[in-house]
Amino acid sequence: MLLQVKNLTHVYMPGSPYEHPALNKVNLEVHKGDFLGLIGRTGSGKTTLVQHLNGLLKPSEGTILFQGRDLYGEQKPNWGEIRQKIGLVFQYPEEQLFGETVFEDVAFGPRKLGIPEETIEERVKKALEMVTLDYAHFKERSPFNLSRGEMRRVAMAGVLSMEPEVLVMDEPSSGLDPRGRKMLLDQVKQFHRQAGITIIFVSHNMEEVALLANRLAVMEGGQIALEGSPEEIFMEAEKLTSMGLGVPQVTRLMMELNHKGKQVKSNILSVEEARQEILNMLEKEQGGRS
Amino acid sequence: MIKDITMGQYYPAKSYLHDLDPRMKIVLLFFYVILIFFIRTFYGFLFIAFITYVMIKGSHLPVKMFLKSLRPVLVIISFTLFLHAFFTKGGEVLLTLGPLTVESAGVLTGLFMTLRLMILVITTSLLTLTTSPIALTDGIEYLLSPLKKVGVPAHEMAMMMTISLRFVPILIMESSKIMKAQQARGADFNRGSVVERAKNMVPLIVPLFVSAFRRADELATAMEARCYRGGEGRTRLYTLQLTPKDFYALTFVVLVFVLVLATGL
Repeated sequence: MLLQVKNLTHVYMPGSPYEHPALNKVNLEVHKGDFLGLIGRTGSGKTTLVQHLNGLLKPSEGTILFQGRDLYGEQKPNWGEIRQKIGLVFQYPEEQLFGETVFEDVAFGPRKLGIPEETIEERVKKALEMVTLDYAHFKERSPFNLSRGEMRRVAMAGVLSMEPEVLVMDEPSSGLDPRGRKMLLDQVKQFHRQAGITIIFVSHNMEEVALLANRLAVMEGGQIALEGSPEEIFMEAEKLTSMGLGVPQVTRLMMELNHKGKQVKSNILSVEEARQEILNMLEKEQGGRS
Repeated sequence: MIKDITMGQYYPAKSYLHDLDPRMKIVLLFFYVILIFFIRTFYGFLFIAFITYVMIKGSHLPVKMFLKSLRPVLVIISFTLFLHAFFTKGGEVLLTLGPLTVESAGVLTGLFMTLRLMILVITTSLLTLTTSPIALTDGIEYLLSPLKKVGVPAHEMAMMMTISLRFVPILIMESSKIMKAQQARGADFNRGSVVERAKNMVPLIVPLFVSAFRRADELATAMEARCYRGGEGRTRLYTLQLTPKDFYALTFVVLVFVLVLATGL
């Protein structure tokens, strides 16, 4: 077990009139090599939860174990080390860029880790390649003159250059156009498959998580309401709808067909699978008629 | 660090003071402050401290909030006390430190000045804690509007204040978000020498400026898109209205004022 969230409770501004409980006894486990999709409506506590994973917020109650170490126990962990291992990409990460050049910005994390200067260039190069930005072309440019999608990728490279074991991304695709979104999701898939990074992916887009994640956790009102594989979760269409979420459009289509009495499976997540299933169904129907 | 600043932070609650018209509150505060400077006896301070305490109770806010509002001015207050103690002369010599002497008149004026400043800060926070920033600027705009005739841009000033107040929480939230984002990348804002710390602020300040300018730009466009063109002929959604409560409060302050002047406290 890589990460274990235990009874995590967080209350914002306790004791003031703005007091607001954001998390209520959350329990969650993340295994090595997981691609966990964390979904939930705005304000359900997703962001608060992920900010506990590397000590940016301190829990009001409960704790988190990382590789068996209690992050909020008696002994204070070395947060620098934890933050290197658990990389966190914020929502709209392009808003945190500050470097004069793309290189400077991406090199910020490794420099703070005390990586020797010779290997920094290598790391920056590798990180920029991971987000498919050409190193030679981008390294000297100002991050403020890039397109929004490019800026976001630079910001992600800034976290990847620290070579994390777990990459937590808070709604990484929000505000991008369809092409930028697709590109980004493909890259995230690559981080997971090729670099072997464990990924926690926060989103409220069902299509995205259906295609990427191998496990889903649904948050509602500061708690984990549902947990399981995407197929399992999306079978609970009604529950999801009542939480202000939904199911992917393909799944919805298959469910409707099933509902209308057609012989198709409804736990389908991709268009390709759906196509196969519908073709099979049509073949069977025609076979029966002739 | 940022969340410790209570001066000028609205604290929502239901109370007599929260219900008062902001214009009345500003005017009353003005007279109350003048009153504080009239007081020059020990009993006078006792009396005014009592009145201030009554008003705090009338605001339904925890007394802790007011003590906290004193923290930022603590340095100035102690400095005042120190200066008066050493440099105001008269009365008995209480203490001699080389060429410096502490005399009784100095201690007394110092003490009075300190009390004055403390009550001043507390009553001012009484206004800002019980009045939402929007109501406050509305009140200021209304009170300044007679000066429009002599060319004081009262509306524009109030609008500028409203906007900047509106942006304070946004910028605080934004800076805490950026701070966290940079901490996630290994930045440490609380360690190192002064020079190092200043250098460490760059990853915070640059994105903050970029976003502040972007927000200002967007806001200007949004305001123009909704036909904003200054104060001339603008009507309000909520007009300020004086209620009997305001007149009771006025009577109360006037009574206190008269009492202090009449008895020579």
